[in-house]
Amino acid sequence: MALVLEAVVLGVLIGGVYALMASGLTLIFGVMRIINVGHGALVILGAYLSFALFRSLHIDPFLTLVVTVPAMFALGVLIQFIFIRPLRTDREALSVLVTYALALGIEGVLGYIFTTNYVELRAWYETASFPIFGFYITWVYVFGFVLCLAVLGALFLMLYRTPFGGAVRATMLNRTAAQLIGVDVDRVSALAFGVGMATAAAGGVVFGLTNAFNPGSHYDLISRLLTIIVLGGLGSLRGAVIAALIMLITTEVAAVLISPVWASFVFFAILVAVLIVRPQGLYGVRVRERI
Amino acid sequence: MSRTVALKALGLVVLAVLALLVPVLAPDPATTNVAVFTMMYVGLATAWNIMGGYTGYISLGHAAFFGFGAYSLGLLLNQLHIAPGYGPFVLVPVAGLLAALLAVGIGWVALRTRAATFVIVTIAFMFMLQLLAENLVKLTGGGAGLSLPYPRDWGGDFFNTPYYYAMLALAVLALVVSWWIRRSKFGLGLLAIRDDEDKALAVGVPTRAFKLTAFVISAGLVGMIGAVYGYYVTFIYPQFVIDPLIGISMVLMVFLGGLGTLSGPVLGAVLLEPAQLQFAYHFGASRLYLVLYSAVFLVVILLMPRGIVPSVADLWHRWRRRRAAGPTATARGPRKAVKAASP
Amino acid sequence: MSLLEISELSKRFGGVVAVDGCSLSVPAGSITGLIGPNGSGKTTVFNLVTGFLPRDGGEIRFKSRSIAGLGPDRVYGLGIGRTFQLARIFPRLTALENMLVPVRRAGFRALLSRGQWGHEKEHAMEMLDFMDISQVAGTLGGALSYGQRKLLELAAVMMARPELVLLDEPAGGVNPALLERIAEHIRQLNGQGVTFLLVEHNMGFVMNLCHEVVVMQQGRVIAKGKPSEIRENPAVLDAYLGA
Repeated sequence: MALVLEAVVLGVLIGGVYALMASGLTLIFGVMRIINVGHGALVILGAYLSFALFRSLHIDPFLTLVVTVPAMFALGVLIQFIFIRPLRTDREALSVLVTYALALGIEGVLGYIFTTNYVELRAWYETASFPIFGFYITWVYVFGFVLCLAVLGALFLMLYRTPFGGAVRATMLNRTAAQLIGVDVDRVSALAFGVGMATAAAGGVVFGLTNAFNPGSHYDLISRLLTIIVLGGLGSLRGAVIAALIMLITTEVAAVLISPVWASFVFFAILVAVLIVRPQGLYGVRVRERI
Repeated sequence: MSRTVALKALGLVVLAVLALLVPVLAPDPATTNVAVFTMMYVGLATAWNIMGGYTGYISLGHAAFFGFGAYSLGLLLNQLHIAPGYGPFVLVPVAGLLAALLAVGIGWVALRTRAATFVIVTIAFMFMLQLLAENLVKLTGGGAGLSLPYPRDWGGDFFNTPYYYAMLALAVLALVVSWWIRRSKFGLGLLAIRDDEDKALAVGVPTRAFKLTAFVISAGLVGMIGAVYGYYVTFIYPQFVIDPLIGISMVLMVFLGGLGTLSGPVLGAVLLEPAQLQFAYHFGASRLYLVLYSAVFLVVILLMPRGIVPSVADLWHRWRRRRAAGPTATARGPRKAVKAASP
Repeated sequence: MSLLEISELSKRFGGVVAVDGCSLSVPAGSITGLIGPNGSGKTTVFNLVTGFLPRDGGEIRFKSRSIAGLGPDRVYGLGIGRTFQLARIFPRLTALENMLVPVRRAGFRALLSRGQWGHEKEHAMEMLDFMDISQVAGTLGGALSYGQRKLLELAAVMMARPELVLLDEPAGGVNPALLERIAEHIRQLNGQGVTFLLVEHNMGFVMNLCHEVVVMQQGRVIAKGKPSEIRENPAVLDAYLGA
């Protein structure tokens, strides 16, 4: 029982990290109607950026965010302008392929620079732990969770309390209508992609602190993130957060109750089960264009 | 009209003879190895196009059926103690059938969703299968891999030949199926689904049954090709047969050649696969081949999103129209403009 | 005898009641008009009848047989065709291919038949001829003019020889000359025994063409009768002017 409780607590803490990464992904889908298959690779890129700074400057990994978040934001805006904007027809399908290609490119470049050996971000809180409910929690999970909560909070505040957020939400609801009421959809898209990348940078640091990673790690990560946003309902931020928590708690519990190697399988099995009952996901709206 | 038909037939015969003669003309194993893989991708791209090209439902998880076919054949051969040689080829259709059965289940779930979600669900299924292959250690050998019987009597230059002809046969089968579907009422229904799924439903097209049928046919063909691949490489690992890169390669080839066309996937595979093997051979260790691959990919999609065949066909029609010229040519004017605008 | 019988049909979207206990019948062999102010639930009735939306209550009978709950493809197979507002055709198929898409009876036969040859193709050409658009048979749907699309959509729906056709704004966005052509085609098809139910805002078109008119307001039927009766019905005038 204590093991299960521990798994649940850990699931919530890690779930927060996935919630952040998945929010960026679902935000990009919501605003631009594209699936960013490169999101996982960009998270890994964020982790490697932090790793490079951490290795050369010997600073705390969380401090590297001061550099990586703006850098990734700029990269996101750039990617949107160079690779996504030119896609005028069949955006949904072609964007999947373009972002997949970007993921491969990033994997290749990272592999060339850092080799395919696994690396890890290190800090004192990565090993230090504290007791609670009769088991130990490593500080890094708590710090990561707090960071992700803070970024998620900022994201929600931005979306619901600022004019830019209003423009973003209008674009998510109806691109054409948003254009008609004077929203510069291209600018909103670019900034939203940038914001998505910034969350990837933040997620990358925490991912790098809690996992050993290599350039190929993005496959596993993206398959989980995509599963989360489909489960939550494409384009629903609330859905992404809740789905991330459901998924991570279940996998952590499954790892304890069944076996760690089957934990990821349970993860996908949940998706299949949900899709049979609710093809649109937990919070998704059933897409049925113009009957 | 009849002259173009005759020219086409002649071209096909020449191509067929060339394809049949490859192991004779260039018998060294390095070349036939490239030929085996190229023919493999001709089949894979053509099979993928039956679903992705005709219905517009992009599956990025077809590597699941490829790997499943390979594992199915491997397990059948090992469990039934089939001796290496030509015998294993007989069981390839069984592996394809099993992959098709799997596709019924996967398709039933995945096709409840549309467009964007479908793409993601196919990816999720691929990773599920990869996990199964890794975790069912007793059955598949897990990460340590599964070995298939190795035909020792086929030595030297001959070794690749049977595999080449097996791949060729499957590629031709895929092409015939694809050609025949494109000309059937069923195929027309698939194209209608690609254009406007709800409208197709309104004129009586049973869209779910049609999509599922296309998906299953496509997966069955890919499964058979995967089975031959497994027998060819004789050692299969979860990450290398259920490889996302295999899944994306067939998609890229189709997009390069021309989505939804018959010859496009063939052209895409013949152009890309040898290049891909060269990349991997020269830059594989440094991972730079991924960068090159990604660059080719981006150039294709950003500069020629419709692929080679439709673009060239447009140029050809435009040229012919200008030659036929005259004032009567204007009636057909808007045609290519719309074609260019359509997704 | 009525071909289509709708009774107490209702549909809600969240808190909005789109169709509220709607009852109407379409006599066999008639051209029946369904009119009403915007948002009165006419198109929703079409979507309910053709299986595009699940109903919340009520019954739909076609030739005395309940068709509620059947999917759109099944409904079409039973002999109910429909067109859409703003003419929907398949833009990347040629006009002739558009004609060959419709499937009356699905099954292995349909899967295996070579749809682009044989007498089905002949029938399609005849139908295109009938609509005076056979000259664009080889043109891609996306390259056709709006008027040609409207005619093609109707022609394609007729391919499987439906007994009842629901037309959603056949006169919408069409110039007066074409309007008269469309009306004439509908009249001729009706003469061959096809029953029509049409939603339309062009009153002149409806009053000229229809034998029966049904008026809807806020999801309910408020009047029905001959065009001449409807024209003088005060409740109808109220519905339009009050809305």
